[in-house]
Amino acid sequence: MELIYAIAVGVMVTCSVFLLLRGHTFTIVLGLTLLSYAVNLFLFASGGLRLNSAAILNDGGTYADPLPQALVLTAIVIGFAMTAFALILAIRARADLGNDQVDGKAIPGDVLGDKTVSADKRANS
Amino acid sequence: MMHLPILPILLPFIGAVVLMFPFFNERTVAQRQIALITLLLTLVASGWLLHDSLLFGPLPYALGDWRPPFGILLLADPLAAMMLVLTSVLALGVSLYAAAGDDQAGRFFHPLFLFQLLGINGAFLTADVFNLFVFFEILLIASYSLLIHGGGRQRTQAALHYVLYNLIGSAFFLIALAILYRVFGTLNLPDMAAKVGSLPTDILPLARAGGLLLLVVFGIKAALLPMHFWLPNTYAATSVPVAALFAIMTKVGVYSMWRFHTAVFGDDAGELSLLGMNWLWPMAILTVVVGSVGILASKSLRWLAANLIAVSVGTLLLTVAMSDVKSTAAGIYYTLHSTLLSAALFLLAGLIQTQRGQAGDRFVRARPILQPRLLGILFAVIAMALVGLPPFSGFVGKVFIMQAAAENGYIWRVWPAILISGLVTLIALSRAGTTLFWRTQGLPSENDNKVAHPSQIVGISILALSAPLLVVFAGPLTEWSMLASEWLHQGVQLRDISVGNK
Repeated sequence: MELIYAIAVGVMVTCSVFLLLRGHTFTIVLGLTLLSYAVNLFLFASGGLRLNSAAILNDGGTYADPLPQALVLTAIVIGFAMTAFALILAIRARADLGNDQVDGKAIPGDVLGDKTVSADKRANS
Repeated sequence: MMHLPILPILLPFIGAVVLMFPFFNERTVAQRQIALITLLLTLVASGWLLHDSLLFGPLPYALGDWRPPFGILLLADPLAAMMLVLTSVLALGVSLYAAAGDDQAGRFFHPLFLFQLLGINGAFLTADVFNLFVFFEILLIASYSLLIHGGGRQRTQAALHYVLYNLIGSAFFLIALAILYRVFGTLNLPDMAAKVGSLPTDILPLARAGGLLLLVVFGIKAALLPMHFWLPNTYAATSVPVAALFAIMTKVGVYSMWRFHTAVFGDDAGELSLLGMNWLWPMAILTVVVGSVGILASKSLRWLAANLIAVSVGTLLLTVAMSDVKSTAAGIYYTLHSTLLSAALFLLAGLIQTQRGQAGDRFVRARPILQPRLLGILFAVIAMALVGLPPFSGFVGKVFIMQAAAENGYIWRVWPAILISGLVTLIALSRAGTTLFWRTQGLPSENDNKVAHPSQIVGISILALSAPLLVVFAGPLTEWSMLASEWLHQGVQLRDISVGNK
């Protein structure tokens, strides 16, 4: 189980790093989301992985560490809020700067950050 | 008073929530009054906390009476209390400046400002690493919104870089926390400090990875060299009061390093003692060097001030890297000085910008400033203090650090960095001053509403007065810094902390 778990976290981090290194805000936000999934899984595993044990202390039996669960819950909430903020900011930047590039400079022949649907064109229609 | 340690967190929180009610939407004056009252109350609470912690030692506060290490612990030791007082004074000055009109450029300036204060104060008070993460996020999300306060292309772009970068930093923080929890079995700082010496050897590499990852995270906040690229653009793009408030943000990173790397991985940490300091040395020196080059290359006063922050952070990180009692004390004193005066320089840049017409704060020949005497005197005081010329606070702060370096035998690492960066700052600031105040053409603009508002002058003066006051009260302040540093290095024992009435 540990191996599968570790591979899952590793694959997600790899994909997220790939996405984070792109120049488009949209792919970067996707990368951040994926990274926060991986981080949450990793955080969850920090208490140790146990099968068939109570979620919290019970008499004598084995139990899973409750603290990482609480930490993951907090991290999920915070990560969600931050992703929402980053998305809104990305939309705002798309409108203000006229393209989807992180540096705010359009790259000619770039399909993803297509300028043909620019802010003023949408305003005219 | 039993609940005193949590007041610096609660007061801004209550103030911010009250200010978000629709009642205040159109009532600008009421907003400013509530914000100001909240800040004054926070200052009183922080001052009281400082007084108590200096007299009686660190004041612990167990949230919900949960016994540490299981519950979250707040710890108001002298270091935390000094940083709280510093933050309150800074916030008071900045808020007064903003009350002259900058707060109306967008909505919710005051609530966001107070939320940011809540995050900063919480980060200073907490003794739990996960709680530190939560307060970091609070101060970050408030800073994201404050950063784009007023709007504009340049701000949106700077905010995009800042936000995305810090989100990745937060992910790193969580990874480091998971590793450290696995290693230590606790996230309580005093508990970690007690356990670090007796970790089994096979788990040490993991502990080292976690600690170094956390150094990277705090380095992002503090703008340590390879992670500092967000700093100048962010500070120069945002509105002036926000940039001045952000002067404390980099210090939060440095403070976290003290709390974590100096206190937990200190001299008693066995194999892990002084973890990461061999990395911090070259990076801190390079931060000073790159910041100095940035100072010389700056084309406007705000860029110059932003690069000055990088230099002061580098200087502070040198004291972190020395990591003994005296150098930490020197670092604490230098933090007080550099935070207040960098903020004052930002605010002054804002005034100069409005009074020079089109040229703004760029270093070009332009109209004369409307109030050259007033702004000139303020500029001279702030500049002399930042360069480190006697009789102002920068001189005392730098001598304190250099003495600590001499006692530790680090003269060749620390002295050149401090002295050369001081010289570079002197050259850059005198060039800036002569250009802004003397290289003029034409007449000052006849626009009377550009004259500095009294509350702006009061705001800047509160911050600029620290230059002489930190020297006048240098005796008690250095004593307190020494005491705070001793408490930080010595730490508190969890078993000494009694909880509630049980």
